[in-house]
Amino acid sequence: MNIHEYQGKALLKANGVPVLEGVHCTSVEQALAAYDKLGSKVVAVKSQIHAGGRGKGTLYHPDSKEHVMDGGVKIAFSKDEVEQYSSHILGNLLVTIQTGDEGKIVSNLYIESGCEIEHEYYLALLVDRDNKAVLIMASTEGGMDIEDVAHNTPELIHKITVDPNSGLLGFQKRDLGMALGLSGTALKSFFKMLGSMYDMFVSNDCAMVEINPLVKNTDNEIIALDAKVSFDENAEFRHKNWDNLRDLSEEEDVEIRAKETGLSYVKLDGNIGCLVNGAGLAMATMDVIKLYGGEPANFLDVGGGANEEQVKTAFSIILEDPNVKGILVNIFGGIMRCDIIARGVIAATEALSLEVPLVVRLAGTNVDEGKAILASSTLNIHSVDDLAEGAQKIVSLIGGEA
Amino acid sequence: MAIWIEEDAKVLVQGITGKQGHFHADKMVEYGTNIVGGCTPGKGGQSVELQGKEFPVWDSMREAIAATDADATVIYVPPPFAGEAIMEAAEAFDAVKGEGVIVCITEGIPTLDMVKAVSYVYNRPGIRLIGPNCPGIITPGETGGAKIGIMPGHIHAKGRIGIVSKSGTLTYEAVAQTMSIDEGQSTCIGIGGDPVNGTGFIECLAAFEADEQTEAIVMIGEIGGNAEQEAAAWAAKNVTKPIVGFVAGATAPPGKRMGHAGAIISGGKGTAEEKFAAFEAAGIACARDPSELGAVLLESLKKAGLR
Repeated sequence: MNIHEYQGKALLKANGVPVLEGVHCTSVEQALAAYDKLGSKVVAVKSQIHAGGRGKGTLYHPDSKEHVMDGGVKIAFSKDEVEQYSSHILGNLLVTIQTGDEGKIVSNLYIESGCEIEHEYYLALLVDRDNKAVLIMASTEGGMDIEDVAHNTPELIHKITVDPNSGLLGFQKRDLGMALGLSGTALKSFFKMLGSMYDMFVSNDCAMVEINPLVKNTDNEIIALDAKVSFDENAEFRHKNWDNLRDLSEEEDVEIRAKETGLSYVKLDGNIGCLVNGAGLAMATMDVIKLYGGEPANFLDVGGGANEEQVKTAFSIILEDPNVKGILVNIFGGIMRCDIIARGVIAATEALSLEVPLVVRLAGTNVDEGKAILASSTLNIHSVDDLAEGAQKIVSLIGGEA
Repeated sequence: MAIWIEEDAKVLVQGITGKQGHFHADKMVEYGTNIVGGCTPGKGGQSVELQGKEFPVWDSMREAIAATDADATVIYVPPPFAGEAIMEAAEAFDAVKGEGVIVCITEGIPTLDMVKAVSYVYNRPGIRLIGPNCPGIITPGETGGAKIGIMPGHIHAKGRIGIVSKSGTLTYEAVAQTMSIDEGQSTCIGIGGDPVNGTGFIECLAAFEADEQTEAIVMIGEIGGNAEQEAAAWAAKNVTKPIVGFVAGATAPPGKRMGHAGAIISGGKGTAEEKFAAFEAAGIACARDPSELGAVLLESLKKAGLR
């Protein structure tokens, strides 16, 4: 789960990590009031969306798609500029390298005080799946795309792995600061900041905290100038405050509804809907559709113990996508019994008066009963024995090349 | 022989009085697994009925292992408590007998809980953790066998193919593929789809290589991380038995979590193409369609003079 920069900074501040003064705004009036309140000659006017590349993004009018302004993060030197920039940002479409062409409507702004920067660094904390531990990465090359730094100059990225038994140790914080060339007051400031940030990472069940750039100002203080924070969704049960931090407008409405009914759904661009049990098999089903010349419309995992109602919800979610021209159901019954799935499929097709071709592949527990139920139905359901046959069948039924 | 779990292994169930735990404990007994009891804190002294027989429940894993000399435990504890259940089992096996296998089925454990639990297990060298978020491990027998997890027992048969996979239902698919060419399985292991888990591909490959019963291996990966690439590179140097592979997620878009917490392509890394390429470079025979796994396996067996 991702949160906005302004929320991430509030979290950093609450945990003792130095950030600049800033105000979250949703209107031009609020932005102007924020400018007065901050009393800083120079302020940053920052679009708040859950995607990177905001500074180099472009703003467009949401309806006419006319170009409005280059740059989703602007430095304003006067109140007039704050007004100009915030009115150009709010309500408009921001397209960045990470949003895709459709972009995102900006509804939130962050007005932040300026700061005298002496050097920009990169800092990230994340869970490293290879070492099965929290990894801290830092680089002197702040403000740049870290993937490029990693590719071109890997020696400029410094890493430390935190042993979960001992936590982050003093010498590790010192070593990392020294690797960045820090000394004296700046090193002390970095040491303290990193300890606070690690504690915040652990106590908030973060999945990743990325600060790019982390800066040293002319007073040798280390300050987080940006904040990209995401949480581990598995830990939601112990963080009741996440509900308030969640921006539902940033998430696909249908993916949220699927999750509420215990389904895992991701929309794709193709025209063959898939309904599968198990994440691995669901991915494999998409892959095989593609292999036989079709394009999957979605990833959908109904989980290990879906009931008739969930199967029906799954069908209705798949059919909300107007691109769907056919559906492939692929179930390998383990705990889930094929006869129950077969009844669910029939009930759903009847209730939703399904018009597109439907291919059903059943295997595993109670497969014979399941197939018998499908065969005795008068509905137009194509029953197949294996995945490849199912994929070929659905592709040919919708007029594909298989 | 098989790997890690013998056909007659004595197995405990953590969370045996819960709905999931009880349901699957019953299925395991039905299959023939030698269940010796369970553990639910606060319910010690009670018993549960599985397939018409009574099984004892203990308050702690120390008591349960001391009383039964169990070889393995399977965890059906809800996510908030599962990390600690793993650590309790590890501590108890280590203290009572110095060894034991822990199979954690639970899906949705916080990642930082797993970071702690995995480290705790690694500090006790006799203890093996399989999972979490996995179907478990099964060693089919001539009659019955040891099914420790949630997989459908009836699709398996004793044989010479070792199967290791990150996915649940895709493992069943692989099992069905071996059966389609009249091959059974030595041991099938689901290592789970979480970013931080216990036993990995390499340990499974090493054990299959050393196991006399296993003559060929099926390895099923999925997008995310680079465990498959590392396993392939390791196998190229260390495994002499034929390996057949498949990777799920060739059509997954980058940056999207595909059901499993670990199944995500980030920063262009962890794609299916990258993993297939690593498999092929290591001489692993790949199927691009899991329905072809049987055919590819048959060909590999023939090439190795095993058919």
